[in-house]
Formats: sequence, structure tokens, C-alpha cells
Amino acid sequence: MKKPEPNSQTIEINGLRCAGCASTVEKALRAVPGITEANVNFAQHTATVKGSVSTKALIAAVVGAGYQASEIVDEGEDNNKKETAELTHYRQLLHKSWFALAVAVPALAFGFPAMLGGDMPYLLMQWGSPVLAVLTLAVMLYSGPQFFVGSWNALRNHAATMDTLIALGMAAAWGYSMTVTIAPQLFPAGTAEPFWDVIAVVIGLVVLGQALEMRARGRTSEAVKRLIGLKPKTARVIRDGSEIDVPLAEVRLDDTLRVRPGEKIAVDGTVIDGHSSVDESMLTGEPMPAEKLIGSEVTGGTLNKTGTFLYRATRVGKDTALSRIVQMVRQAQGAKPSIGRLADKVAAYFVPTVLIIAVITFVIWFDFGPEPYLNHAMVAAVTVLVIACPCALGLATPMSVMVGVGKAAEYGILIRNGDALQQAGQLTTIIVDKTGTVTLGKPTVTALIPASGWDEVALLKMAASLETGSEHPLAEAIIDAAKSRSLAPAKAENFQAVAGHGVRGEVERKIVLFGNHKLMQDNGIDCTTLLARAEELAKNAATPMFLAADGQPVGIIAVADPIKPDSKAAIARLHSMGIKVAMLTGDNTATAKAVAFQVGIDEVFAEVLPADKDKKIMELVMRGEKVGMVGDGINDAIALTRADVGFAIGTGTDVAIESADIALMSGSLAGVPNAIAISRATVRNIKQNLFGAFIYNILGIPIAAGLLYPFFGLLLNPMIAGAAMAMSSVTVVSNAGRLRWFKP
Amino acid sequence: MNEILVALGGLLIIATIVWWFWLSIPRAVRGAINRVIEIRVEGGVYQPAAIEIPAGKPLTLRFLRIDVTPCAEKVVFSDLAISADLLLNRPHEITLPALQPGIHEFTCQMGMYRGKLIAK
Repeated sequence: MKKPEPNSQTIEINGLRCAGCASTVEKALRAVPGITEANVNFAQHTATVKGSVSTKALIAAVVGAGYQASEIVDEGEDNNKKETAELTHYRQLLHKSWFALAVAVPALAFGFPAMLGGDMPYLLMQWGSPVLAVLTLAVMLYSGPQFFVGSWNALRNHAATMDTLIALGMAAAWGYSMTVTIAPQLFPAGTAEPFWDVIAVVIGLVVLGQALEMRARGRTSEAVKRLIGLKPKTARVIRDGSEIDVPLAEVRLDDTLRVRPGEKIAVDGTVIDGHSSVDESMLTGEPMPAEKLIGSEVTGGTLNKTGTFLYRATRVGKDTALSRIVQMVRQAQGAKPSIGRLADKVAAYFVPTVLIIAVITFVIWFDFGPEPYLNHAMVAAVTVLVIACPCALGLATPMSVMVGVGKAAEYGILIRNGDALQQAGQLTTIIVDKTGTVTLGKPTVTALIPASGWDEVALLKMAASLETGSEHPLAEAIIDAAKSRSLAPAKAENFQAVAGHGVRGEVERKIVLFGNHKLMQDNGIDCTTLLARAEELAKNAATPMFLAADGQPVGIIAVADPIKPDSKAAIARLHSMGIKVAMLTGDNTATAKAVAFQVGIDEVFAEVLPADKDKKIMELVMRGEKVGMVGDGINDAIALTRADVGFAIGTGTDVAIESADIALMSGSLAGVPNAIAISRATVRNIKQNLFGAFIYNILGIPIAAGLLYPFFGLLLNPMIAGAAMAMSSVTVVSNAGRLRWFKP
Repeated sequence: MNEILVALGGLLIIATIVWWFWLSIPRAVRGAINRVIEIRVEGGVYQPAAIEIPAGKPLTLRFLRIDVTPCAEKVVFSDLAISADLLLNRPHEITLPALQPGIHEFTCQMGMYRGKLIAK
């Protein structure tokens, strides 16, 4: 096997508008010394070059030609880089926190001499405060410069953030403590108390809180990491008759790739040789492996189980189903359900409002507070700044959405927007399409009932022989049934379709009729002995077809679109959730009712034309129902958009994921109750977070301002406020993280 | 006397806060048509944070995230239902549809990093 060519590299080009642009870029790349070959793929917006040249030089050449270029994004590698950067940042935060908390120990001892066992030594009294001034300045410069830089940057943009609150609080505390240290005579005797401990403890705890929050946040995006991790790093491509391993980014459209047992499929494609079973559960949530034969579609990121096969790449790079799913999950994770928009509005006014409250607190304590009023005013104002936590409010919704959308993706449920995530849990009625949603959408022979003197084999063989020339959808079911029993059809002659009734022809010198009861009646064939069974089959949603040879009945073949194995259980789950289920189908009433009866559907709207499906949904919406529509996303496109939440159902990744609010990749109706359960759990989690964050701030800020002082003489210590603030956002993120363990 | 001075000082500070954060509009950088607008995510803010753009024309924003803080990793255009992950030190282009005249905000997920597109 050949190794990848060392001097070949691919870069991403942005800004290409036409094929002319592509040739301009090619020219610019070929002009770079050392390049032997350059090809721009306009469709994929990439350029592949050969030659010993750095990526930087290539990018510079493209930029020089008036376009933008960047290294190909390897999401797996990027994710690793991101994790490395986050780990480094986490460690930095921990070091900063430890340093601040280490300084806090002597600062606390200085602030509370009792900790030292009574009287403070003279030397410590003289020099303790100046030394702590330097140490706490070091804390601010080493452990907390991000607060000052961030607040300054925000201030210049007329914005205020959590950094503003911490920076102001700490600067005020340090400035006040410094004044107390340098000019104690300005303060009444016994009131000149510095706050060195507050600075060290608050910065230490807030930074520790940020570190813990960062760890907890990392876990909320595990679903995307898992999806990205499905991509193999390399693919085995057949070029010029040899197999070579190439990086995934270098796989091109129409490349032929080989996959061996136990290997991951690199990109999307069509099997052209061999067969195998493929585990697609990581994308679709469907646990049963899918059989892949020549002509089957395979999806990048799925796992080949048993056989070896060759396939042709039909979608590569950003166009693969997996890349689109990753993109969609990321997009949805950034979405805000309307429940979270209140917090967004509050966040915009929150910090300036807290600043105003801090000023008012200071003035009230200074003007009306008891001695030492300046000290009290300072403590209260700093505590207000430190306790307020805009982060908890800001994190409340997005953290839960991140986990909820990721959890849904684990079950093969792709939620496209925040409102769908929220509304799915509020649905009162689910309308399901029949064919392909409740049923498999593929007619199958379900019963063979030979007439007296005949057997199943003869019946099926004769029908298959006649239907070989037919293009009727039911014919395919009969031919498949014959194939599965290894029956070779005989040659049919004088084949003739009898419009609306069936077919006729000659098989093995017999005149054969195959069709409905009317066809038999019209030809004077007595099927009385079979009629009772035929009626029974029709009641069970099957279509009975009569076969007659030389004027004598041979038997009945029943063809039905089988109900998916888990449809009934899914509908039962919807009922247990208090949701009504209706069926909307263009099929005839008898069949629709029979299917509905078998799976427990409450209401049936049959014989509805595709164009009228959306009207039916509007009727239900007008009745005050919150309606979810489940369909294949192709025939029901308008109905799906008309419903409060549209669910597109498909088998594997071929589901039309862009056509609805929620796409179910498992092809199973079970995805609907799963999606609803996840939606309810996520919204419940968001409410808990928002409630906690609002209550924390609504209670915390007045207490910090000294509201309890007139009643209980209680004034909150800023250090406790700092600890509470640090823990509030950690609590929100951790609560969102609980959703990871949720099982729908 | 001190009490009055402190009260007056407090009122002045409150007035300044109200004016600076709510009433005054930050100076906007003007983005031209057919030009990619660069936005750096650094030091807790978007830079520039206010961009004047022509209404009714699609435009491309190129974000470059230098800020390692996890809050900065997503940018969200709430009213356009668009969001994107910003990888560290890697430019990320977002093409927006033609915007109606008015202010369109973009924020981090927590709403702490805030920027606005002023479509005129």
C-alpha cells in the first residue's frame, strides 16, 4: 500500500464566485516557487497543490490574488486543540486561584487577630498592612488582571459585564484599604479597617469558580465532541490502481474507497462492489445494523461490521451527512428558546443596574448608617458588586439547551431551533402520516392462501411469473416474495393490464388472471370459498389479490404495507404523556382505519389530498390544539411547516433534515415521544436554572446592600458574597449537566 | 455637609452610568458593501462592537477569537436565528442575509460579550 504523497496539501479557499475566480487562484498558486501542480475545486472551494511549499506561502498567494484562504479545518484536530487550550486555561485559572487564596491566609489572620491567638505582635501591626497592600496588588495583577482588562474594554464599548462588577469592587476595596493604611487619621478612631482579606478571598474564589465552571461547561458539549470523534482521520482510496491512505480532507468526489471489517466509513458514498452490514446507530440511534449491497448508500462516520466493500464517494468534506449533522447540532445549541429571552433582556440592563444599586447603597449607608458609617458603606457597596451574578442568568438557558440538543442527537433526533425544542414539550396532538411513518412504506406479501388443490409455492410462482412484466408497486412485493423463496418465475406471454382491476396473461400454457374480486367476477370465476378470508385480510389493512388459472381460483395473495414494529409502543407512550394521536393520509378510509385500530390511533383523517393536509392541521390549530406533524418531509413539506412543530422522519441519514423543525433519523415513530420527553426535561431544567438565578440575585443583592441590618444587625461579608457568586454559576452549569443522565 | 456632598456625588455617578451605558451610542465602525468585516473577540469584548452596515445587502463577518474564555466560543445572532462556534485563533466567516434597517445584536451565549450591527 502506498503512503500519502508528502508534498501534496489541500487548503480552503473563500470568496470564489465563479469558475473564472477558480482559474485566477490556480494561476496565483502555480506562480508560487516550488509548486509543481495546483488545482482548484470550485464546487468544494478547495485547492490541492503539489510541491514543497509552506501553507502560509499558499495562503499569502491566494490573499494576494484577492481571495481568502485558510488551512482545511480538521474538526477532530481542532477539537483537540480546543481541549488543550481549555485545559491550559483551566490550569492557569487554578494557579491564579491558589495564589490568591494563599495570600488570603495571612490577610485573614491580619483581619482577624483572634486567629493568631490574641494580640498581634507590634512588628505585624506596623508592617502587616503595607505588606498586604503589595501582596493583594500582586493578586490583582496576577490572579485578576482579566477582570480589569475586560471591564476596561467593555467600558470603552459602553458595555458592562461581570468583569466590571468584580474589577470595580476590588479596585474600591483596594483603594479604600490603601487610604486606611496611608492616612488612618482621616477616619474616626477604631474604624480604619482595611479589606485586604476581601480582595484576596473574593478574587481567589471567583477565579476558582470560573475554573470549575469551565470544567462543567466542557461536559455540556460532549455530544458534538462525540459526533466529531466519529470521523476517521484517514481514508483508503484507490488511485491509479493502488490503495493509498490519505487524510480525510483529501478525499475527492467520485474517489473509490475500500472499507474493511471493523473500519469506519470515511465519507458518504454508494457501494459499487461487495456487501456488508453497517452499524449506523451512532448517527441514527437505530440499533440494528443496516445491510449494504451494491447500490446502497453508506454514510461517513458509521462502522462497517462484517464484510469488505468498495464505494464511490458522493459527498465529501463539509457536505457529508455527518458534517451537516455536526453543523446543525452546533447551530441548534446556539439557539435560544423564547423562555430564555427574558433573561437576555434582563442581562442587557443588569450590570448597570447593579452599579446604580451599589452607588445608592453607599450613599444610604454613608448618610444614614450607624458608625463606622464609612466602613459600613464601603462593605455594603463592595458586597453588592461582588454578589451580583449576571453569569448565572446568562448561563441558565444556553447551558441546558447545549445539553438538551446534544442528548437529542444521541437518540438520532436533530432539533433545528430553540423554539422547536421548547414547543415540542407543549404539544397536545400529534398527527402522523401513514405510509412510511406508521408503516414501513414498502408493500410486502403478508399472506398466501391457496385454494383447495393448490399450494403456496404454485400460487406465488404463478403470480410472480405474471407480475414480472408489471410496473405496479404491488408487483414488486410479489416478485420480492418469490425471490426470497428462491422461486424462478416462468415466462409469461400475452401480458395485459386490466385497468383498475389487475392483469392477465399466459403462464405455462394456462390463462392466468390476477387482481381484485371484480376481475374474477367479470370473468365468471367463482371465489366464494375465498371471500371470507379476503374480507378478514382487508379488515387488517391488507389488499387481497385473487389469482385464477384456466377459470379456476388458485388462491389469494395479500399484500400490505407492514406496520413498523415499534409504532404501537410509540403511540402508547404518546398517550401516556397525555397527547392525542391522529392519522392524516391520502389512503382509503378502510385501510387507514384498519392501521389506526392496530396501533391505537385516536382519530383518522383519510382520503385527504396532499394539498389539503395543511388545511386539516390549521383546523386543529384553530381548535386550540398545539399540533405536531410527523411525515417524511417530502410529501408533507407544507403540512410540516404549518404545524407548531414539524417532525421529519426518515431511515438513516437520508431524512430530509432541513425540511422540518425536528428530524428523526432512526426512521422510528419512537423518536417523537423521545423528542417530547427531552424537550420537557430541557425546559424544566431551564426553568430551574432561571428560577435559581433570578432568586439568587433578587435575594442576594438586597441582603448584600444591608436590608437585614435594621432587623437583625446583619451585614453580609463580601467574602461570603464572593463565594456565593462563584458557586451560583457553577450550580447553574452543574444543574444543566444533570440532563446528560436523562433517559427519555 | 459631607452627607450632601456624598449624595450629590452619588447622583452624578448614577447619571453618568445611565448616560454612558444606556443613552449614549458607541461610535460605530462603517462596514462597506462587498467587504468582509473583521471582528476580533478579545479581552472580553467584540472589537469593533458597533458596526454600521448598509441595510438590504448580505454581508460577511469574519470573527477571529483570541479570547480563550469559554464564554467566547459561540456567537449568537438571536433575531436572525444564526449561531456559530468560534474556534481559537481561526478565522470564522458568517454570511448574514440582507438585513432590515435597525439594530441587530450579536452576543456570546451568556449575553456578556455584546455587539451590534446598525443597518442603515
